[in-house]
Amino acid sequence: MAENNRAVVKLKEKFSASIIDVVEFRGEVTVTVAKDAIMEILSFLKLSLQYNLLTDLTAVDYLGKKEERFMMVYLLYSIPNKDRLRIKTPVSEAECTIPTATTVWKTANWLEREVFDLFGIAFSGHPDLRRILMTDDWVGHPLRKDYPLQGPDREPYKGRLS
Amino acid sequence: MGVDNPLGDNVITTSLDLLVNWSRKSSIWPMTFGLACCAIEMMATGASHNDLDRFGIIFRASPRQSDCIIIAGTVTKKMLPVIMTVYEQMPEPKWVIAMGACACSGGIFDTYSVVQGIDEALPVDVYIPGCPPRPEALLFGLMKLQDKIMTERNSFGSAIGLGERYIPETA
Repeated sequence: MAENNRAVVKLKEKFSASIIDVVEFRGEVTVTVAKDAIMEILSFLKLSLQYNLLTDLTAVDYLGKKEERFMMVYLLYSIPNKDRLRIKTPVSEAECTIPTATTVWKTANWLEREVFDLFGIAFSGHPDLRRILMTDDWVGHPLRKDYPLQGPDREPYKGRLS
Repeated sequence: MGVDNPLGDNVITTSLDLLVNWSRKSSIWPMTFGLACCAIEMMATGASHNDLDRFGIIFRASPRQSDCIIIAGTVTKKMLPVIMTVYEQMPEPKWVIAMGACACSGGIFDTYSVVQGIDEALPVDVYIPGCPPRPEALLFGLMKLQDKIMTERNSFGSAIGLGERYIPETA
């Protein structure tokens, strides 16, 4: 029952205008929120609702499937309350930037570098926004759906015909 | 025959090239350098059951003391400059063994981040197929390298600065 989730109740109280969607699937609660309010919501979740562990931070590319191309995903865990929460927020390709979560969780530093490296989403206010997996001189962001799998300098594989 | 053992029983006559080749093939010192699961198989080959030491193959911890590099695993584009540096630090003569499908051709990793065969960057002497090759396959590859070393000509001359080492094309 997502409606009874302690975080969902508080978020609906405090940020009802910014909540886009609340979904529960097999006990996992996902709250989709607007990008403008992401910083307030994340700090509220950590400081007031004790989601003190950022398990993971990643992104999804919905090229051609959704109006706003990217979706940021924050996987949170509360050690004192032993419960998890997933926060999502859409990021458009035109304005491909989002405030950094490093001010809330220090862990976000390298995770955001990974998302920046592989998806090309910029994090404003990040202390050290460099590539982390690919080489410094790499061109492009390999986990974007329009990045050729075998690299831009090779003929794409066409199955047995190639 | 013309020469009838004039030096006694304890002296063997041979060519200097043969002597140099024999000593080189009997002391192939590979670089201690593993990249992926092939490296586990390479370590197994070095351990007591298969025992590379009996060929005089002793893994060295420094490229300065090595004359063979076994590319044991997937070579990513990020790792390639490191491998090139290690290879360039090795003194001549030096040999390269591409161990396993990844080092030979990129293997299953037909992607943007993986070098499609180390022969794009280094001159490979022996290719060993397998994923990963069993220790027997690596041993066979190393013995093929020994055979190749024995075919080299002017090994002694090139070592003292007379001309170049000549390596006949192998079929």
